[in-house]
Amino acid sequence: MKKLFLIGIKDLKLMFRDRAALTFMLLAPFLLTIGMGFVTGRFSGGSSGLSNIPVIIVNLDKQDLGDALEDLFSSDDLADLMEPTASFDPEAARQAIDDNQASAAVIIPEGFTQSIIPAEGTIFDQNAVQPEPVKIEVYTNPSSPTSAGIVKAIVDEFVSRVEEGRTSGMTSIVQLMSNGLLDPLNAEDEARDLFQNVDESESSAITLKKNTEGAEAVEFDLLAYFAPGMALMFLMYTVSYGGRSILAERSQGTLPRLMISPTDTAQVLGGKVLGIFFTGVAQVGILILASSMFFGVKWGDALGVAVLILVAVFGASGWGMLITALARTPAQVGSTGSAIMLIFGILGGSFINLEQMPPFVRTISKITPNAWGLDGFTTLALGGTLKNLTEPITALLIMGTVLFGIAVVLFNRNGLVQK
Amino acid sequence: MSNILEVKDLVKQYGDFTAVKGISFDIKEGEIFSLLGPNGAGKTTTISMLSTLYTPTSGDATIGGHSISKDPMAVKQVIGVVPQDLALYEDLTAKENLLFWGQMYGLSGKALNSRVDEVLEQIGLVDKAKNRVKTYSGGMKRRVNIGVGLLHKPRLLFMDEPTVGIDPQSRRAILDTVKDLNKQGMTVMYTTHYMEEAEELSNRVGIIDHGDLIAIGTQDELTKQVGQTDTLILHIGENEDAEALAHSFKGMHDVHEANAADHEVSIITPQAENILAAVVSKANERGIKIRSIDIREPNLEAVFLHLTGRALRD
Repeated sequence: MKKLFLIGIKDLKLMFRDRAALTFMLLAPFLLTIGMGFVTGRFSGGSSGLSNIPVIIVNLDKQDLGDALEDLFSSDDLADLMEPTASFDPEAARQAIDDNQASAAVIIPEGFTQSIIPAEGTIFDQNAVQPEPVKIEVYTNPSSPTSAGIVKAIVDEFVSRVEEGRTSGMTSIVQLMSNGLLDPLNAEDEARDLFQNVDESESSAITLKKNTEGAEAVEFDLLAYFAPGMALMFLMYTVSYGGRSILAERSQGTLPRLMISPTDTAQVLGGKVLGIFFTGVAQVGILILASSMFFGVKWGDALGVAVLILVAVFGASGWGMLITALARTPAQVGSTGSAIMLIFGILGGSFINLEQMPPFVRTISKITPNAWGLDGFTTLALGGTLKNLTEPITALLIMGTVLFGIAVVLFNRNGLVQK
Repeated sequence: MSNILEVKDLVKQYGDFTAVKGISFDIKEGEIFSLLGPNGAGKTTTISMLSTLYTPTSGDATIGGHSISKDPMAVKQVIGVVPQDLALYEDLTAKENLLFWGQMYGLSGKALNSRVDEVLEQIGLVDKAKNRVKTYSGGMKRRVNIGVGLLHKPRLLFMDEPTVGIDPQSRRAILDTVKDLNKQGMTVMYTTHYMEEAEELSNRVGIIDHGDLIAIGTQDELTKQVGQTDTLILHIGENEDAEALAHSFKGMHDVHEANAADHEVSIITPQAENILAAVVSKANERGIKIRSIDIREPNLEAVFLHLTGRALRD
């Protein structure tokens, strides 16, 4: 195990001493990110580039809070971002999403308002049966992860504001009563006023800043899309470069020398893979740090980002190993790796948002670590956390495991060195 | 002395081509054994099998009592290998290379550091230890290449043509290093196609050609195989017909063998001076201009010529 680690560290060191490789690994994606930022107007205060996201609002609540949420999607502040249409049939709305007619459907169930604002005379009645909490459903289109993520973020922000307001309002009433500042006989009226003002007044104890808060919460920084896009694309370069080093070591004689030292084949191969993994993690980590420091990109939940980096590099390393196992010379790995880097970059959405691609391209994109990685990074940038990353993490882990398995079979068949 | 290496009927086959054809020999603890043969004779393939890199097609060998086929990991602990081609990380310094390879041989901590310092001293690179290997001359790289093989103080050191392509000064330094290591008790198996190196270093020599071990013994034992003969070498012009000239010498009095190769004709004779005039006269008769003449007393070159009918460098 120690030797495995030592071989990995040695490869990491060698990679960071190769100026040409460093240029490709770090400088190129950094400069391309800047370039994309200028092209898209990110540095001149331009918009996020996402606009007119088709969303279906099914308001079955038809009371204060349901109406407030429906109005929020039609508000002036979201006018450029959202293109809402109303529906009264949840099933039809879901079918429309399945048919790729919109990015998401927001289904506000009947009784939503009542589950937040209790009926008259029941607020401080301990014997009154409180209604079960009713949840808003956001039915998303998996082929439009970014747009769907924005819709979810708006709804989440709305719900959290309502919850926050309700909790703090009730706390205030109870405190006022316990301090003798509010007559218990008037408490219900005061509380009801607070609830009624949930969607109307910024001065209310329960404040739903429906004008701007939702929009601000989901303000999407384009660089939070392009920076990981470029990092993931050049990650493919790094993993193929790392794979190439296995064949390069074979022709340079250091691999045979490793094989005649008291180190078994699994340790040698494992060490090489670990070296690729370390290098990939270092590369993506540095790019993320740099984009945060220099461009102020907000990547989101730190734990989610860390885990996503690890699994994205794992998935990409699988591709690197497969390319290496199929190639015969370092030059073959280099040329194949460069081609795959570009193809995966395009297919995986590094240059063009996948939502603007035809459906078959979006399907093919699932074979790329870029698409899954971008999906995850976008989710995080939109306010998601680790628990929202189940799908990309699982996909990348499966991808890496399957590809490593195939590569090991090929290496075993062909031998690490000629026998 | 006991045998540290015993090789029995070792064969390596690649499809229809047999690179090593059932060779058998042994090496005694503490000796320098040279495997002498031209390029492509099977020297590197033999070392690759003995160092457990290649799997023999058949046959086996034991090193320090361990079978290369059945217990390769134990064999790896006993041997050190200096490969023919440089096997170093050129972007690491000499010291970093030695530290890394030392760790691959299980060294660590203070033992590793002190051993690396010793080896740097031994290969004469203490002052340049922190320079990257890619900045070194060919000779310096060769020395680091040897140093890596010495780190874990192997009982048996395989050196595969370690002087190929280097300057005379570095070559001299490497030969002296081999002798020093042997004086310190290390057994060395040395492959070369330079007869002079085998003659200078070896206690015993094995001559290999086309995958066959065609002779083995001390230099005296081997030269006795050709008898007390001289080798007379005529160097002729590039456009001359060496084959025809060699053929014309056959049957002459005191000419045991005459072979042509590469603008020269080699004649094996009991006494070169006795036939010199007749040979020159024969060449003149055929209109062939002799550019220079060498007379060599019995040596390994003559043995090789005697055994194969070809010069060692062919």
